[in-house]
Formats: sequence, structure tokens, C-alpha cells
Amino acid sequence: MARAAASPAQQAAEAAARTAYGRLLALIARDSRDIAAAEDALATALARALGRWPTEGVPAAPEAWLLTVARRELGHGRARAATAAAAAPAVALLAEERGDGPSEWPDERLKLMFVCTHPAISARIQAPLMLQVVLGLDAARIAAAFLVSPAAMGQALVRAKARIRDAGIGFAVPPPADRPARLAAIRSAIYAAYGAEWDDAASRSDLAGEAIFLARLVTQLAPDDPENAGLLALICLCEARRPARRDAAGAYVPLDRQDVQAWQGDLLAEGEAALRRAASHGQPGRFQLEAAIQSLHNHQRLTGHDLSAPLVGLYDRLLAIALSIGAAIARAAALIAAGAAPAALVALDELAPRCRDHQPWWATRARALAVVGNAEAARAAAHRAAGLTSDPAIRAFLLSDDFLAAQ
Amino acid sequence: MQYALIYRETAAELAREKREPDAYWGAWNAYMGAMGAAGIMRGGAGLLQPPTATTLRIADGEWQVQDGPFADTKEMLGGFVVIDVPDLDAALAWAARAPCASAGSVEVRPTLPPPAA
Repeated sequence: MARAAASPAQQAAEAAARTAYGRLLALIARDSRDIAAAEDALATALARALGRWPTEGVPAAPEAWLLTVARRELGHGRARAATAAAAAPAVALLAEERGDGPSEWPDERLKLMFVCTHPAISARIQAPLMLQVVLGLDAARIAAAFLVSPAAMGQALVRAKARIRDAGIGFAVPPPADRPARLAAIRSAIYAAYGAEWDDAASRSDLAGEAIFLARLVTQLAPDDPENAGLLALICLCEARRPARRDAAGAYVPLDRQDVQAWQGDLLAEGEAALRRAASHGQPGRFQLEAAIQSLHNHQRLTGHDLSAPLVGLYDRLLAIALSIGAAIARAAALIAAGAAPAALVALDELAPRCRDHQPWWATRARALAVVGNAEAARAAAHRAAGLTSDPAIRAFLLSDDFLAAQ
Repeated sequence: MQYALIYRETAAELAREKREPDAYWGAWNAYMGAMGAAGIMRGGAGLLQPPTATTLRIADGEWQVQDGPFADTKEMLGGFVVIDVPDLDAALAWAARAPCASAGSVEVRPTLPPPAA
């Protein structure tokens, strides 16, 4: 379901509101560790601001005003259940008034991200939790992106916040020894929010903008770990291609046939810059390698040079440090492009026991079989892949003669 | 666990069966084929178009027979399967792959346990 395109001013207001929401929530929840109560208190403060500011004027220090009201609300234990959604216009108003100047308040959002991705919190709820408490998204929107019912998502979020409070998970930066693993957990949650599939299929989630925001945030707040910039680069370089993934009729367009003019130049530039910054640390990692792979894919299309051999090399390095089915299948696809379809088939056969119901495996196998001239088996594999996708455009592409004809 | 996946299709989607049968059936055959190959199917049936239905009610001992399905709703029952998968997430993953998931809806419901012997 596509959302109506927002104007640049609306987008700017939304982005500013997201910034203010997480910053205030982090400050309110920091001492009490009770995120649910902090959310209620903040919602109450924002609702009150919405009632008073338009007539009384925005206070000189709006963040301080909100913080004071919210903390008083929290102290009195009278936090009411008001929805954060109803308060969003007040956050936007606040952001407009505040301008872009530096805030006098400390930015505690990194601690908030560490709390949301604490090992004591179930891995499956970490990304939804972060989207809600750092960005203020409502449970229904998060639920839709993660393919669960709004009620189930709401309950899981409530349980997770209760666990943070009851287990006494501290709002703190972890000790240096734990920091790399804890930052990795934050990145995993952000990547889960992006919800990307391999091989340039459409992202399942419409939370790409939110994921980019969070990736920028962790890159800015924890610049010491180059994998953060690697993650930002990866998401930007994939997301830049989104407008070209469907043609005017809504049909799926694979990477090698996309109109590169439709790629988003600002995201490409941001991604390439983040990748260069990350690489300057000289500490390669999973996300930097994945970003480098996407960068090569893009360069191949932009320059027309055949980069399939270096691509296979990058996949080998990636698999050496982070074994994943998706990367192994993508390496097989790179082998096909490099003219080694028989080797791709051997590699795919090794993955077979774990890929019986995995669409990209069947689609890649179909292409490899077509290249080696086994047309009948290729069609059967493409048919199986089509039965395993949930994307109507990709299903139609896999069932079309086009899919196996062009290589 | 066994779940029924109950497929509902919009009028526009049902009309595709006549208008572009190859695309319509190609998608359903691929989907059903993948479920068959996964070895999770336990039963079910596809249904002919809703106008072929006849609906019966007995009120005060009187038979009321009516042409057409139970009620005219935006989405019509197109068929159902019963699958055996580990949990709700797995059932939802298969529901999402149904062609009508993006042109109607798929209801996922646990089946009752078989009656005690």
C-alpha cells in the first residue's frame, strides 16, 4: 500500500518531529526506565501543548516546557493513555519553532537504542520497539510492516516495555568490551526495519525512510564503529534504486534492465560517501562488504563495465565473515553473470536442503538451468519460485517468458 | 499445527479468471504447486465462481433455497486449504504467497482438533 507522496516541507516537518520525539522520550525515560509511562507522559504533555500553544504562543524553550510537564505528569503517576499520533502536530510545531540550532539538551537516543536492543529483549521485538520508542510510530503501522496483527504487535510491545522496567535494564552506554556486540544488535534491528530482500526484490516494508533515519542516527551518535556507516551505505545504495524497480504499469524490473535515470541521486551520493568514510577505518565488516557489493552492482549499470568477477570475490569475502543463505544465493547469481553457470548450479545444490521453500533459490536455479540449456527444468524451477513469492509483480515476472529468455 | 487458509477474492480478481485465464491460473497453479511440493497440504478445495452457489436455509421448518452465495460482500470465497505447519508465522508466510493476498484477503484459522475416539 503506497502512501501519498509528502511535500518536501511535510517531509522536513516529519523528520524534525521524529528527532524531537526520540530525544524527549529518551530524557523522560532515562531515570524511571519505564518507557510506557514515559510515552504516556510525553503524549499528555504534547496534547496539552497542542491545546495551549496555538492561543498562548509557543514558549521560549519549548523542549524544556514539554520536559517539565511530562516529568510532572510522570511524578504524579497520573499518566493518561493518550495516543502519540494525536500529539504529532504539536511535535511538528515544536520542531518548526526550534529551528535547526543545536539543542541545549543532551542527546540520549543512543542509550535508548541500546535499551531497545538489549540481549534480555527478544530479538524479534527489538526492531518494532526501536521504531516505536525512538521514532514514535504507532503499533498498527509497525505491525503491517512486520506481517503480524496490530493487536499482537501492541501486546508484544507492551510486554517488552514491561520487561525493560521490571528487569531494570539501565539507560546506559555498555562497557567498551560489550560495545561492538551491542552496536551490532542495533544495526540488526535497523536492518530488520528496512526489511530488505536479497537480489533487489522490493523491500517488504514501507519503513525504508524510518530505517534510513535510524541508520543516520547510529552513524552520527557512534561514529567509532565503521559498520554503522556501512549499514547506512547499504540501505542508501539499495533504496536509491527503488523508483526504478517497477515500470509505469507496475511490472517488476530486474536490476540489469532498470532505467538508471530513475535512480535517486541524493541517496546514491549519501551511500557512496558513507561507504568511503567506513572504508577509511580499515576494518571491513558484513555491512561494508554488502554495501560495496551494491556499489559495484550500481557501477556496473552506470558505466557498462563487466564487474562480475570482482563481485564474486566480494561475495566470497562476505561469506567468509558472515555466512547467510541470501548471500550464498547472491554469489551463485554473480557466478552465472560471470559465465560460470555450472559452478553456480553446484553451489546451489549444496544449499538445497535449507532452501526448499525459498523463492530466491528457485529463481536463481531457474536462471542457471536456462543458461546451461536445460529449458524444461528451468521452467519448472521458475514455476516453483513464482509459487513462493508474495509479491504479485515478481510473481508475474517469474511466470513470464521474459524471465528465462534474457540473461 | 493445522490451519485453514481461507481465500477471498475481490470481484475484479474473480473477473480476471475469464478475462486473462493464463495469468490468473498460472499464479494459482504455481502457488498450489509450491505448497504441494512443500508437503504441507492436508486438504481443501478450490470453488467455482460464486454465481454457481445455491444457498439453503431452514426457518420454522420451511426450506428457503436461494440462488447465489450466502451474502453479497466485497470479497467472495474462492476456496480453502488445510495445511500442517509448525506455527502461525509459517501459516502467515504461506497465506502471503497466495495470489489473492494482494487482490482480496486470506483468513488464517487454526482447525479444531479431531474428535476424540
